[in-house]
Amino acid sequence: MGWAIAIHGGAGVPPSLPPEKRLPREAGLRHCLDVGIAALEARNHPLDVVELVVRELENYPYFNAGKGSVLTTRGTIEMEACIMDGKTMKCGAVSGLSTVVNAVSLARLVMEKTPHIYLAFGGAEAFAREQGVETVEMSHFITPENIERLKQAQEAGRVQIDYTQPDGAVADGDGQTGTVGCVAVDNEGNLAAATSTGGIVNKMVGRIGDTPVIGAGTYANHLCAVSATGMGEAIIRGTVARDVAAVMEFKGISLKEAAAYVVDRAPPGTTGLVAVSSTGEVAMPFNTPGMFRACATEDGYSEISIWESPSK
Amino acid sequence: MGGWAIAVHGGAGVDPNLPKERQEEAKRLLTRCLDIGISALRSNLPAIDVVELVVRELETDPLFNSGRGSALTENGTVEMEASIMDGPKRRCGAVSGLSTVKNPVSLARLVMEKSPHSYLAFSGAEEFAKKQGVELVDNEYFITEDNVGMLKLAKEANSILFDYRIPTIATCGAGAAAMDSPLQMNGLPISVYAPETVGCVVVDKEGRCAAATSTGGLMNKMTGRIGDSPLIGSGTYACELCGVSCTGEGEAIIRSTLAREVAAVMEYKGLSLHEAVDFVIKNRLDEGKAGLIAVSKNGEVACGFNTTGMFRGCATEDGFMEVGVW
Repeated sequence: MGWAIAIHGGAGVPPSLPPEKRLPREAGLRHCLDVGIAALEARNHPLDVVELVVRELENYPYFNAGKGSVLTTRGTIEMEACIMDGKTMKCGAVSGLSTVVNAVSLARLVMEKTPHIYLAFGGAEAFAREQGVETVEMSHFITPENIERLKQAQEAGRVQIDYTQPDGAVADGDGQTGTVGCVAVDNEGNLAAATSTGGIVNKMVGRIGDTPVIGAGTYANHLCAVSATGMGEAIIRGTVARDVAAVMEFKGISLKEAAAYVVDRAPPGTTGLVAVSSTGEVAMPFNTPGMFRACATEDGYSEISIWESPSK
Repeated sequence: MGGWAIAVHGGAGVDPNLPKERQEEAKRLLTRCLDIGISALRSNLPAIDVVELVVRELETDPLFNSGRGSALTENGTVEMEASIMDGPKRRCGAVSGLSTVKNPVSLARLVMEKSPHSYLAFSGAEEFAKKQGVELVDNEYFITEDNVGMLKLAKEANSILFDYRIPTIATCGAGAAAMDSPLQMNGLPISVYAPETVGCVVVDKEGRCAAATSTGGLMNKMTGRIGDSPLIGSGTYACELCGVSCTGEGEAIIRSTLAREVAAVMEYKGLSLHEAVDFVIKNRLDEGKAGLIAVSKNGEVACGFNTTGMFRGCATEDGFMEVGVW
């Protein structure tokens, strides 16, 4: 057994991704993975580990969460996040944040400090202030790349929900359609998952995706922890994160088989996920062209990848 | 194939001391809504249209906690949410944080059909509503005297019950009525809790299933709080096999992804609808209190709850019809 951790920085990476866009993301994955590994080696609880790692991913401006979040159709920021503890199945979620530096931490506070699971928009922002979490001007989160992405999406006249258009055109030159997420298990089998995102480029104001919907983008129970990424609307409809655990339980198959099963059934080009099981298995399948991901296990194995075999 | 079937609910968790005439009023409303659904099914309307029609009726009537008659936030305002799902392709739509939209379930349907998204909330949802030209009213329209009174009681009860998770029996003050029943849900005495989320599930003659759920949410909730009703897989779910709508303690329903669970055990364990509903209610709720209604593509209808009572009604094409509280 032993601990295991997996992280993702978004599914859907165009094959044409140039090195100047790829290298910083690989470096980001490496850094965040190292943070997670150190935390697990120091025997931190997986819930703390996933929160810590997702905070790092949020702060890193090259991923679509926290700083570096994609923009709504109005050029604004609306971030959402979710966290779940596998053992207790307590969970917390937030949506519609525009000033909170670390959405995943606010989600955790919703879980621990309120009688609710999910707070959104004005109510979530007010709660953030009550809790004294770090808030900044919305401009902090906006990067020049995202202003450009929004411009391209608006010129193309569409919401970037499917970069795999039949005509092969990818309006977004560097695949910023994903979210970030982390799943972890310690050597006692405690599991946790967390996901965070800015959503999809040019989204309608008020649009909520799969990330904060328990069972869709994020899920953890006593069997496994899952964080999904891709086309939000498809992940919601497919209850992706929940299904991985359900398939393991009801079909009695391994994590890898269950995760592959769920991803293979999703419409092509829409879904990727990272998952760990209570016995330290790791799975990172995707049916998109590429997914930024990384994982490590206690026996010393580690990996950072973008391409290679789907349904791994 | 089994023909059409329909079920409606007006909330799980009923105060055992609920006055008889309130119970009768509730049964009359459920019967009326069933009749509306049955006529629509007999006119061959598809399941997705029927669930929307019936939930609109439940939202418009002030009796239950949805649309007019919604529970109030801590600020005394109304924030409504709803979701709808169409079994055949699992298309879905959801809305949260509505304060002027007369029929949230219809806006959820428009999100599903007229937007590139599945879920819109708060001011973005309200803007979408304006653009779609749906009927809008002032927030006051939704607020009833009954609920203003309930909010007051809930606030008083909360000042005694400082931690909603710890089941304590409140000892004084907050109105004799609230303390008559020691039963609690979500930390409030059941007479104040008023879960009364509404929902409808339908399978039509072609075997297509659909589900819809609508609510004002938890009495005295924090502004911005989202519950299970708009969350696909938790409060609402429909697929090729079945349609499910849940009600009760939001947290319990979300943690157990209750609606999806019914479909998952049918799909992966091969259980029948009734077996699936029993299994899920018995095994997935732990200390949580909730109920659900469900239909299968074969024309079966089932309901299950681990609460004291659930306002519900169901009917099938072969003439079976039943409306109940306990």
